[in-house]
Amino acid sequence: MSEMHLNDYTSTDVAKAATRKGFGEGLVAAGQADPNIVALCADLTESVQVHLFKEAFPDRFFEIGIAEQNLVTVASGLAAMGKIPFAASYAAFNPGRNWEQIKTTVCLNNQPVKIIGSHAGLYTGPDGATHQMLEDIALTRVLPNMVVIVPVDNIEAKKATLAIAQDKRPAYLRLSRENTPIITTEKTPFEIGKAYVFSQGRDITICSTGPLTYQALAAADMLFKDGIDAEVIHVPTIKPLDAITILNSAKKTGAVITVEEAQINGGLGGAIAELLGEHQPTIMRRMGMRDRFGESGQGPELIEHFGLDAKHIALEAHHLLTSIGKQ
Amino acid sequence: MKQYSLEELEQIACKLRKDIISMLERAGSGHPAGSMGLADVFTALYFSVMRHDPKKPHWRERDLVLLSNGHCVPAQYAAMAEAGYFDRKELETLRQLGSRLQGHPERTKLPGLETTSGPLGCGLSQAIGMALGLRLNSQPHRFVYCIMGDGELDEGNIWEAAMLAPKYNLHNLVGIIDRNNIQIDGPTETVVPLEDLRAKWEAFGWHVIEINGNDIEAIIDACAMARAIVEKPSLIIAHTIPGKGVDFMEYDFHWHGMPPDHDQAMKALRELRTLQGRIKAEHE
Repeated sequence: MSEMHLNDYTSTDVAKAATRKGFGEGLVAAGQADPNIVALCADLTESVQVHLFKEAFPDRFFEIGIAEQNLVTVASGLAAMGKIPFAASYAAFNPGRNWEQIKTTVCLNNQPVKIIGSHAGLYTGPDGATHQMLEDIALTRVLPNMVVIVPVDNIEAKKATLAIAQDKRPAYLRLSRENTPIITTEKTPFEIGKAYVFSQGRDITICSTGPLTYQALAAADMLFKDGIDAEVIHVPTIKPLDAITILNSAKKTGAVITVEEAQINGGLGGAIAELLGEHQPTIMRRMGMRDRFGESGQGPELIEHFGLDAKHIALEAHHLLTSIGKQ
Repeated sequence: MKQYSLEELEQIACKLRKDIISMLERAGSGHPAGSMGLADVFTALYFSVMRHDPKKPHWRERDLVLLSNGHCVPAQYAAMAEAGYFDRKELETLRQLGSRLQGHPERTKLPGLETTSGPLGCGLSQAIGMALGLRLNSQPHRFVYCIMGDGELDEGNIWEAAMLAPKYNLHNLVGIIDRNNIQIDGPTETVVPLEDLRAKWEAFGWHVIEINGNDIEAIIDACAMARAIVEKPSLIIAHTIPGKGVDFMEYDFHWHGMPPDHDQAMKALRELRTLQGRIKAEHE
């Protein structure tokens, strides 16, 4: 769609970068724009790309050590003094280990702490199931006051970082370690709380979040060749969910698939099932991790192994449409 | 701010204790032992130690107090009402639907509370964040006081904070441990031994001051000493008597989370009344 200003993502040599890189650049830009931005890290400063901020603003960077509970509670205290803290670590520990601290001292306390969870999802790869955080969307999505964002690529990650820096609410930003295709451009819109129709269609709706939106778009191209007109909605903000965009599409197509590299229970799939169940009951399939853990392997290999690549998404669309007699 | 005599401060502490008993009896739930034990600490902080203005709870020059062991908040509510943050009548609403006086303190509900607490172990880290924030804001003259329970020291988050504060030489940070030796499952030394508490904190890099936490003068002196230490954060181990001021509550861990019924409350209030202003004489 032209107004989405997407890259030529169908090109075989599409450029790749990790969403964590976009965050690192965005944090420096946010720090330049607002002296109240501070950053905290838990012994993973370069890995989560906070070293750029640390170099630019050494006085506004705090190394907390391997102590994620401390990471987020110190951040809450800084927020109480008017700072906008970005508390960064791996998603497995932040919000994985410090969830109660996030609930009480950030969300209930309503302080604008930004929880940065890098190395989330299957794309974390060889480190295996302990480090492939799959439950973070579910954990953060249930917290009142919290904003939850999963950017598709490094460009959107930068925009999301700048957006949450200016937003007064607590936020969780889910980031990936892996270099994944860059499908958006500087001109592609991004706003907290908005979902975007990246590809219009009328037969089936594919809602995806994070880097897998690339796979969803590729699946739509495959389906198009089979005569199926799929609509791809990129859902970077999982909370607050863009109900209008999703409901309108579900009403139009009558069939919905969700795609995420996370637990579908409580994840994007859970969120959209809740939305449709209450407002627009629609047949749907949730693609992601179905009540199981991941394992070691290369990121793209795992995406295929667990059936979340374009081919599998297209196949699922066929199955769903067949099941309702639409093909 | 008004200067109170020691006798006046002791009378205030007694009044806070009576308020705590009345509030908990009316609420039908809550935590008397720790609250009663902390009445003297809160009296010292709100009526002598801290720079604050009850009429301007968001005053930008105020000192900050965090109650990490949030279940003792009845003592803080009583002190805040007495200081003039809100009308004393409101104390009657503790733990009731629609009240600003939640069972555990909530910053967004009641102006004057610096944070939301209850789940244990999180206060000291927030106090570190505040002290760091004050430094960034060029306000290191403002002090952050963080009250912790002793049972709470079982939490790992506390020791993460204990390790971090000395790294930043946070001299405007003062930790106060309510050392009353009880927690829900029994004496602290039976549940998980905490001693040698002083040696532990000193080894972590804190300046430790150990006092009788029911001696208001000692609390004020200890805070003054803590403020004078400029090279490291200070920690006051305040030895208190849980349930202090009511004979049948004192030292008994069963009163951690059990409110007095009507007869018990009457008995407690009678005892507190007869001791008014003479707590030391009657008890020590």
